[in-house]
Amino acid sequence: MDADLQTRIKDLISSSPVFVFMKGNKLMPQCGFSNNVVQILHSLGIPFETFDVLSDMEIRQGIKDYSNWPTIPQVYVNGEFIGGSDILIEMYNSGELREKLTVALAS
Amino acid sequence: MVQLDHVRSAIQKALPDASVEVEDLTGGGDHLQVKVVSRAFAGLSRVKQHQLVYGALRGELASEAIHALALQTGTPA
Repeated sequence: MDADLQTRIKDLISSSPVFVFMKGNKLMPQCGFSNNVVQILHSLGIPFETFDVLSDMEIRQGIKDYSNWPTIPQVYVNGEFIGGSDILIEMYNSGELREKLTVALAS
Repeated sequence: MVQLDHVRSAIQKALPDASVEVEDLTGGGDHLQVKVVSRAFAGLSRVKQHQLVYGALRGELASEAIHALALQTGTPA
């Protein structure tokens, strides 16, 4: 991957403890899977930042290469990729997500 | 769109012991729900488990023949 693109991605991910690459934005998600992630994070009252991959084709492809993960949304916690919509739902239902995010935001 | 049997066999090629259930959520053949159970997932994080399945379907996802894939993975009970 292009070094500039990798730097841009790393800068985005590190700009917030919880960072989401999604289609659309928090107010108007453009895809049901992105909407799932936004609703889950809202329901936990977790502050998070997002990037709309539909606004930037370079990031849209680049983030998939960066994480070796073929789909959007992608959720990063303290720089670590933790999953997409399915994994967030599973972690939310098991209570693991609340625990992980609470710890991440306290550190 | 893809044939559901093709999805199952692509996953089983990568994970020979896997039991695979494929469901077509919309009838259009491109929004799929897949459950995969395999011993190969033992000890792996969820991200790594899903990456194994995505790897088996790399071509279909990249071409957007599969537009959406809801994935559940686990190990045999």
